[in-house]
Amino acid sequence: MSTIIIYTILTLSIIGVLSAIILYFVAQKFKVYEDPRIDLVEAALPGANCGGCGYAGCRAFADACVGKGELADLFCPVGGNETMSGVAGILGIEAIKKDPRVAVVRCNGTCEHRPKTNIFDGAMSCAVAASLYAGDTGCQYGCLGCGDCVTACDFDAIHMNPVTGLPEVDDEKCVACGACVKACPKTLIELRKKGPKDRKIFVSCRNMDKGGVARKSCSVACIGCSKCEKECKYDAITIANNLAYIDSDKCKLCRKCVSVCPTNAIIELNFPPRKITVSDETTAAPAKPVAKTTEQPTAEAKAESSEN
Amino acid sequence: MNKLFTISPSPHIHSGDSVNKIMYGVILALAPAFAWSVMMFGLDSVRVTLVAVAACMVFELLIQKFILNVKPQIADGSAALTGVLLAFNVPASIPSWMLIVGALVAIGIAKMPYGGLGNNPFNPALVGRVFMLISFPVQMTSWPAIGTSGVDAVTTATPLAILKEGVKNGQPVVEIFKNLPTNMDLFLGNMSGSLGEISVAALLIGGIFMLVRKIITWHIPVSVLVSAVVFSGIFWLIDPAKNADPIFHLMTGGLILGAFFMATDMVTSPMNAKAQLIFGAGIGVLTILIRVWGAYPEGVSFAILIMNALVPLFNRFVKPKRFGEVKTQTIKG
Amino acid sequence: MLKSFQIGGVHPAENKLSAQKAIEVLPLPKTVFIPVGQHIGAPAESIVQKGDQVKVGQLIAKSSGFVSANIHSSVSGKVTKVETGPDTSGYPKKGVYIDVEDDVWDEKIDRSPELNAEITLDATAILAKIQDAGIVGLGGATFPTHVKLVPPKGMKADVLLINGVECEPYLTSDHRMMLEHTEELIVGVQLLMKALNVNRAAIGIENNKRDAISKIIKTAYRHTNISVVPLKVKYPQGGEKQLIKAVTGREIASGALPISVGAVVTNIATTFAVYEAVQKNKPLFERVVTVTGKSLANPSNFKVRIGTSIGELINAAGGLPENCGKIINGGPMMGKAVTNTEIPVTKGTSGIVMMPETEAKRGETMPCIRCSRCVSVCPMGLEPFLLMTVSEKQIWDRAEYERVMDCIECGSCSYTCPANRPLLDYIRLGKGKVGALIRTRKN
Repeated sequence: MSTIIIYTILTLSIIGVLSAIILYFVAQKFKVYEDPRIDLVEAALPGANCGGCGYAGCRAFADACVGKGELADLFCPVGGNETMSGVAGILGIEAIKKDPRVAVVRCNGTCEHRPKTNIFDGAMSCAVAASLYAGDTGCQYGCLGCGDCVTACDFDAIHMNPVTGLPEVDDEKCVACGACVKACPKTLIELRKKGPKDRKIFVSCRNMDKGGVARKSCSVACIGCSKCEKECKYDAITIANNLAYIDSDKCKLCRKCVSVCPTNAIIELNFPPRKITVSDETTAAPAKPVAKTTEQPTAEAKAESSEN
Repeated sequence: MNKLFTISPSPHIHSGDSVNKIMYGVILALAPAFAWSVMMFGLDSVRVTLVAVAACMVFELLIQKFILNVKPQIADGSAALTGVLLAFNVPASIPSWMLIVGALVAIGIAKMPYGGLGNNPFNPALVGRVFMLISFPVQMTSWPAIGTSGVDAVTTATPLAILKEGVKNGQPVVEIFKNLPTNMDLFLGNMSGSLGEISVAALLIGGIFMLVRKIITWHIPVSVLVSAVVFSGIFWLIDPAKNADPIFHLMTGGLILGAFFMATDMVTSPMNAKAQLIFGAGIGVLTILIRVWGAYPEGVSFAILIMNALVPLFNRFVKPKRFGEVKTQTIKG
Repeated sequence: MLKSFQIGGVHPAENKLSAQKAIEVLPLPKTVFIPVGQHIGAPAESIVQKGDQVKVGQLIAKSSGFVSANIHSSVSGKVTKVETGPDTSGYPKKGVYIDVEDDVWDEKIDRSPELNAEITLDATAILAKIQDAGIVGLGGATFPTHVKLVPPKGMKADVLLINGVECEPYLTSDHRMMLEHTEELIVGVQLLMKALNVNRAAIGIENNKRDAISKIIKTAYRHTNISVVPLKVKYPQGGEKQLIKAVTGREIASGALPISVGAVVTNIATTFAVYEAVQKNKPLFERVVTVTGKSLANPSNFKVRIGTSIGELINAAGGLPENCGKIINGGPMMGKAVTNTEIPVTKGTSGIVMMPETEAKRGETMPCIRCSRCVSVCPMGLEPFLLMTVSEKQIWDRAEYERVMDCIECGSCSYTCPANRPLLDYIRLGKGKVGALIRTRKN
């Protein structure tokens, strides 16, 4: 009996020692040097592997951060400035601050605003519909409503509104990874600067047809009348191809353009209800004459919200 | 524009075929075999079939509704078909509760966890059947003699079991055959066995119906049967004293049922004709191997399940004949 | 045993409702809209302005490259505007609007109905006439014919195939043409043979058009180098690769052109247009269109001027049926559904099919049951279920490896799928993406 036990122990020990020796030599032979900081950086990243940074995953991004030695073109939209300063700390270099961004859907063509002209009955995919034809409404630039952006989102941040048939972004969940931007065949989704309290003003239209044509297919289409452009004091609005565009980096959220738009194509979100008197806003504008050149949107908006 | 036209990518017409039509077509094809089993085993076979079908459908409904939270697709007929096939693979004397356990395994373990219809790697009915065979070996291998049912039932062994037992005891095959039904009886189904497997004639009617209706193609049944006949023929030629003839192998056990109704299960069979032929040949060979050398007298279920496991490999490496594959070309990936 | 291609194929209900209806000439419309891009390749450049007076057959848009085609006015009258107009794709396309006044034809066109069977021109002159007349493949692909007739360097055609298959259900325009213009067609075949410098031609016709087969055999018996090949009724027998395989037994390698096996295929309507262009000096400005549908009062074959709206055609055939749920420009297997009836007839319009509401919608999509029917019907020997999955999941390298580019978009897979899966929708998407990837890799 005891011989069995001894033999068992002996055999197992010999196998163990042999394996250890083999493993040691193999490990020596195939050793690959890897910068230990890559692991540290990877640990500091959110680990979502969303690809929003432009790299295949968090590991690839960490590799790039360590490899380049600077963070000029590298930014993790999910982690934001906090994560990036952490990464910079590990690498002992300076982080580049970026304003947090959020995805915005620039189409307001609900069934009410934009009547259907045909019924789409193909595969439920915007890509399929877009490769087939212009879309199920008169507007060839508008949302197709098949939800490719919803499928593309890894963060459950964009959903179809069954009433309007349009996607809606959940600002709380959106990390601005840009997956939906890539997925939208009509390039309706844009990453815009996240305003204070998620306030934002944007032209919710991509229709580049002439005014009359655009208006005919959708009642809230931008007709390129350039009223907003004239109204804007900060050069934030440009008109190209019969379409207005508000630069979110320049916009001071003064809301003037919203009131002048004849088709209600400019949308304001998350603002408190307007006061009846216009005086507040008019006084607010000259109160920041320097603001044109300096980049202090947060402070500005804070001032404005306190006024409101 | 007052009228909205429908827009869809081409093609704009459809064959009119549907999953439901296929599933109910297979169930209809099983009707002759069911009728025969009722004649042989009486009301017991009605009980077994009804319990199995009801149990499968109920389990699928419950899982879809309460666990997966999806719209129940119970009307597609796939669960009902699993139920029928499960019933056809058990003795008529099986207690109902065992059948319900088998149905739970078939639907709850072999089908739904993989994602339901279309995603299960193994034939659910066979997984249920094999589970029952291993868990309840006594009940699963005591078949009522034909023409008896209920409390008066007399249990007997199947021809294959008699053969296996005889060979094990060293009896020559010629001697054993004296106790076995004639080929004609085997063909018609005058023998003991699982509910749906006994009558070769009734199953052939169903099989031909499915071939004519183009529910199945000839590839799998033919390759299963041919390989089984050829392979058992080799054994028989080598030593006729120890091995039964190919005709006997062909007409006993679940070979016909398996070849036409179980191996051809679309979800768990390969996706092109070439692979289907190899798949069928594998089933035929494995069946005979198990019958001759295995511990069980019958091997169709195991053979099909083993080949099911290889289907992803077939799909990856056996490709259909491509049009324009005339020149040598670079292979990658 | 009739000749056929071997792999795959389906047999949809033929529904050739207008097969016995002689070709009628549609009355002139009041206005026409002639798009300048009616072919594969670069759109033509319009050379008329608002207010110009044009004649029938006058050049109004000039070919803008080698793979491009001339566009001629189909009516006489005044150009009202050169602007964008409706298109099947839903995106506005540039074209010429003309208000019809009278019916004044260009003097060069020989309007006599007599057959002109005498071939006087040499190959170069025939090619030049075909190019001038703006002839493109009239089967629906609209590839400029003069490009097809000039083989790339180092390649030589040795057989001309005429596609009289018309395997699309419902469509009958080629069928009627073979019956009513048999002699012209034979002259057209000879012209094409001369242009290509080949001494053998074969006309492939599906066996459901027995009358056409016997008529052509009777007419062509003097020409020993023209043969008629009856083919099995199987879709897509009229696919270029399938037709070549069926008639000559040659198989085009993956990614190669028909010319690689020495074959050039043109369709019946194109052959007739070649006859008219070369022997009668008539540019391509009208074509035969089948207008059909199960609930249409009067399914017909019309000879129509290019640019006429499809609404006019539908009215002439008895008006839009009450229960019409879908209008298809082309055949039901490969045609495109249109959003409205203002879309003009173009060179590629072989038929207008109206589907009743009950057939317009697809059935409910179910999970794939892996029945492998798509694999067995694919005429290219592909695995549509797999191509759909990889396209849906955007695994483009696998899609390329599984030969998504070989797909001829015949639709047999979607047609046959019992689970109503949108196989071709996604495969087409994958084909587009993979094609773009291959092009960028080459550059």
